[in-house]
Amino acid sequence: MYRHNIHHRVYKFPNLKTLLGKASPYRSGDELAGLCAVGYEERVAAQITLADVPLKNFLNEAVIPYEDDEITRLIIDDHDKAAFSHIGHLTVGELRDWLLSDETDCAILTTIAPGLTPEMVAAVSKLMRNQDLIAMANKCQVVTRFRNTIGLKGHFSTRLQPNHPTDDPRGVAASIIDGLLFGSGDAVIGINPATDSPAAVSSLLTLMDDLRHRFDIPTQTCVLSHITTTLQLVNEGAPVDLCFQSIAGTEKANASFGVNLSLIEEAYQATLSLKRGTVGNNVMYFETGQGSALSANANFGVDQQTCEVRAYAVARKFNPLLVNTVVGFIGPEYLYDGKQIIRAALEDHFCGKLLGLPMGVDVCYTNHAEADQDDMDNLLTLLGVAGCNFVMGIPGSDDIMLNYQSTSFHDALYLRKVLGLKPAPEFEGWLIKQGIVDDKGYMLPVREHGLLRGF
Amino acid sequence: MKRNIPQEIEPLKALQEFTSARIAIGRVGTSIPLKQSLEFKLAHAHARDAVYSELNSGKLTNSLKHFEQPILHLHSQVTDRRQYLQRPDLGRKLNKASLNELNGYSIESDVAIMIVDGLSATAVNENTIGLLDALIPLLVADGLKLAPISLVEQGRVAIGDDIGYGLKAKLSLILIGERPGLSAADSLGAYLTYNPKPGLTDESRNCVSNIRPKGLTYKKAAKKIFYLINEAFKRKLSGVELKDNAGLIES
Repeated sequence: MYRHNIHHRVYKFPNLKTLLGKASPYRSGDELAGLCAVGYEERVAAQITLADVPLKNFLNEAVIPYEDDEITRLIIDDHDKAAFSHIGHLTVGELRDWLLSDETDCAILTTIAPGLTPEMVAAVSKLMRNQDLIAMANKCQVVTRFRNTIGLKGHFSTRLQPNHPTDDPRGVAASIIDGLLFGSGDAVIGINPATDSPAAVSSLLTLMDDLRHRFDIPTQTCVLSHITTTLQLVNEGAPVDLCFQSIAGTEKANASFGVNLSLIEEAYQATLSLKRGTVGNNVMYFETGQGSALSANANFGVDQQTCEVRAYAVARKFNPLLVNTVVGFIGPEYLYDGKQIIRAALEDHFCGKLLGLPMGVDVCYTNHAEADQDDMDNLLTLLGVAGCNFVMGIPGSDDIMLNYQSTSFHDALYLRKVLGLKPAPEFEGWLIKQGIVDDKGYMLPVREHGLLRGF
Repeated sequence: MKRNIPQEIEPLKALQEFTSARIAIGRVGTSIPLKQSLEFKLAHAHARDAVYSELNSGKLTNSLKHFEQPILHLHSQVTDRRQYLQRPDLGRKLNKASLNELNGYSIESDVAIMIVDGLSATAVNENTIGLLDALIPLLVADGLKLAPISLVEQGRVAIGDDIGYGLKAKLSLILIGERPGLSAADSLGAYLTYNPKPGLTDESRNCVSNIRPKGLTYKKAAKKIFYLINEAFKRKLSGVELKDNAGLIES
């Protein structure tokens, strides 16, 4: 039992799970789940109470029982006690202050990361303002490698997302070429396929692999098919660079995606064995998003942000190249408006980084959310300041296959310009060699580029 | 609005032939040129207006008269649009007055048609009558008995389960406004459920999507829906299994 008095009112929270829900900044999904505080005062009372909870409590009180959930087991069994010993004497509130102090730098954060559980990280984020989330994330540097180097300080990458409603190869290729000529695609060139049939996925993989070879592009490609499809294609010898999967923070939610830890492990090992990386071997690409556990009716009374951070425990087990929180895709019943989407994105980015993940964000919204391009401009700029590893690059922000709006090729150019950020170094070298940008990073006029001659 | 292609990206323009994605739109500095920016804004405005559009009950009731079926006016438990967007659970249930209206309904029927606003009443206002003009004659000619037609406000797909059950229909057909996209804000979706009853989930339904003059035309949609209804009656089921076992459906 956790409790706090404000004036003559006693606020009681029967367990950690309830306390975390009540301490969460307001969002529609927690209201839908019946987990959020009933008023402003209760929310702050919960935050004050949470600030006094010792971090040690999180190791003894699981929000979802150990016996019932393989992700809880993963969190507890993989917990690094030596790393935890640096911070084990702190409360959640003290952890927040310690994280923000000048002495706590990237090297220290990297050391303690294995000692943090997702629930500790979710808890501390609930005590932070947006500014804290940005300042903290900016301290963490998470660098990953496959054919290029992603996440270095001062660099900012994009996933080129050339989706097409029918997977038409020429339609896909047209968007890829447009994107490359805008300097997009250093995180990955990644297609969401319209169909999950292995043959269709395989032909998209071959198309991208041919293009990459022909122009010697230092990047990686991916078709975001279900992990079982990818595994089959790896075994059949298709050119698979990265293995993709959507993941969530409870065993039951992952089951609704058709995955579990041992299946992911099998696909991870299979993809690793291909040894296609040239500068590193981070081969996994995960996507997440607040609300997925609730939408699968698998949240077990845990608030949506804590569920989201639990998904990062799954991600960090497999040394991913990219982790992408698809923040505004899920709809207004989980994140109602621009304010909630922005807050959730900053939380996810910070929490992932603190746990040692190469976080990117799909800065996005649907047409039934109370959000527009202005909100996305705000979020993109904040993420740039926070040191986000990558965002999406989509022609004119309009994904004609998934029917939602994300960031455009132009958006990434804007961010690089105003914040002085560069693409992944290997990719930047390629852009200069191809005459797409000059050596200061400025875009050059498009001429009859070789990329256009394939058509 | 015609796209203004600045001179320098002329070579890229040829790629537009292969996709409706917003490629080769040029740039001013690093920004999207104003024309393309406003074009995007206009598409988003259409989508936003569609989300907040309302069912035109008067006009629909009038147009439905020539089918010579009783018409029911029903409402979900949602009170306003803001709540509708945040509480899908309430949009799936009928309010008390509507439940009372269905209470004691004792005449059995084959197909109950429900017209539901969903996420775009615009889609419903514009495309329902055209679709029904093509579909209802097929159903009647086939000897299927129709239940009263329901007009439902602030509803989600699953509200059709309660209504179909209350109307003692063997199959419910929900015509509902789909989530508006930038390319179309008027897409109508049709969901059919055999043996509707409260508590079903999406896997027990079949869907025909993108019904609008510039998408799946009324005639084609009606044919597809009619085919699905026939199959459902023949095999006494709907949903995933119906889809899996009949390869023709998707064509």
